[in-house]
Amino acid sequence: MAMMPYVSPEQQMKDRADYARKGISRGRSVVAIEYDKGVLFVAQNPSATLHKVSEIYDRIAFAAVGKYNEFEQLRVAGIRLADVKGYQYAREDVTGRSLANAYANALGAAFTESAKPFEVELLVAEIHADDVQLYHILYDGSITDEQGYVAIGGSAESLTTHLGEGFREGLSRDEALRLARESLGAAEKGEISRDRLEVAGLDRDRGRRKFARLTDADIAAALG
Amino acid sequence: MQNTFSDPFDLDGPSFSALLRQRMPAALDAAFRSTRVDHVEGTTIVALTFSAGVVIAGDRRATSGNIISKRDMRKVFEADGWSAVGISGAAGPAMELAKIFATELEHYEKVEGGPLSLEGKANKLAQMVRANLPLAMQGLVVVPLFAGFDPRDQLARIYEFDAAGGRYEERRFATAGSGGRDARGSLKARFREGLDRDAAVGMVIEALWDAADEDSATGGPDLVRGIYPLVAVIDAAGYRELDEATVAERVESVIADRRL
Repeated sequence: MAMMPYVSPEQQMKDRADYARKGISRGRSVVAIEYDKGVLFVAQNPSATLHKVSEIYDRIAFAAVGKYNEFEQLRVAGIRLADVKGYQYAREDVTGRSLANAYANALGAAFTESAKPFEVELLVAEIHADDVQLYHILYDGSITDEQGYVAIGGSAESLTTHLGEGFREGLSRDEALRLARESLGAAEKGEISRDRLEVAGLDRDRGRRKFARLTDADIAAALG
Repeated sequence: MQNTFSDPFDLDGPSFSALLRQRMPAALDAAFRSTRVDHVEGTTIVALTFSAGVVIAGDRRATSGNIISKRDMRKVFEADGWSAVGISGAAGPAMELAKIFATELEHYEKVEGGPLSLEGKANKLAQMVRANLPLAMQGLVVVPLFAGFDPRDQLARIYEFDAAGGRYEERRFATAGSGGRDARGSLKARFREGLDRDAAVGMVIEALWDAADEDSATGGPDLVRGIYPLVAVIDAAGYRELDEATVAERVESVIADRRL
C-alpha cells in the first residue's frame, strides 16, 4: 500500500470547505424575501426549464445554488421523503423543519465521509397562517433559521447587505420582487434583464398547494 | 449515501406507488390484501362530457349486505387540478386507490416539473386496478371511473375500467357501480352533443336519481338530512365541486319534474 502523507483533520476539513465554497461561488445567487402573503424566491437563471426553485409539498418550497445535478438529486429525495411521510401520517405532519434536518444530515455526512462534499447551498421555506420559516443549509450540513430575507450563492454577502437596506415587514409581492431584482443587479454590477429571472414562491392565498411559479408575463406585469 | 438517492435511470423514478412498494411494502399489502368479509360496496358514479368539459358525480350511500353503513360517503375525489376519480366497489381498497392515485399524480408533477398527459394518468390508474386483481378474485373488486380535461388539446375525456385493469376511453358518457346500468340507460336517452354545463349537471343528477330508484345500494338525495350527490365539473378552469346549495336546488327541480 502506498504511504499517504499525513494531513491533519483540521486541514482536511478546510480543504473540503474551500473546495465546496469555490464550486458554489461560481454559480449565480438566489434570494428569498418574506412579503405580506408569504415568501418569494428570486433567482438569476438563464434557463427557463432547469429550475433552482421548486415545490416540495403543500406548504414547503426548496431553492438551491451550486452544482445542478447535485441539488436536483437532493430536491427529488426531498419530494420522495415528503410524499411518503404525508401518505403514511397526514399531510400536516410533513414539516419544513424535518426536511431541513434531513438535508443537513445528508450534506453533513457527505462532507465528512465521502470523497467529495456537495457543492450546494440550500434554502427550505415553510409558510403558516402567521409566519414563515426559512432554513438555510450549507455544504457542510450546518443549518440556520433565518428571519425576513436570506441570500445564497456566490454573491450572498453583498446581496444580504443590499437586502437589509431595502427590507421592511409587510412588503407587497411586487415590492419584494423589485427589491430582489435591484439587489441581484447591485451584486452583479448591472441590471438583470427580466427574462433571466426565475421567480416562484409560497402564497398563503392559494389552496392546498401554496407553491406558485410566476410566468414571464407575470414578472413583466409585476415589474411594471 | 447511495441509498438516499434514486438511480438516475430508474424506470420507476417519478412513480409514487413504485416508491411505496420499495420503501413500505407492508402499506400496499395492507391496502390491497385485506380480507375483511363484511366490506362496504354498491355505488353509482356517472360522468358526462359537455361542450366545454366534463361533469362527474356520485351518490353518497355505502352498504354492507342489506345494511346502509354510511349515508354521506365521498366517492368522487379530485385526482389533480385537471381530473377526478370516482370509485365503486369495496370501500377500503377503493378509497386507498384514490388516495395513492392522487399522490401519484402530484409526485410525478413535482419530480418531473410538469403534469402527466391525460392518457398517461388513465394508464397509470389502469395499472393500479390491475395490481388489485388478486383481491378482486376474492370479491374485493375496485372499479374506478376517471374523467379529466386535457389542457394541451382542450378536450374532455372519460375512461372506464374493468376489474382486470382494462381501460376504455369514452367521449360522451360513462357509468360505474351497481346502479351504473340504470344510470347509463338514463343518460343514453337524454344525451345530446354540445350540451351546456347546466344541462349536463341536470342530466347527471337525473341519472343518479334513476339509479337510486332501481338499485337499493345507490342512495337518492336525502332531503331529511340534507345529503345530496357530489357533483364536480372539470373544464378549462380546472376541477371544482358544485356547492351543496346549487346541487340541492337542481335536485329540487328534478323532484318537481317527476312528481306524479
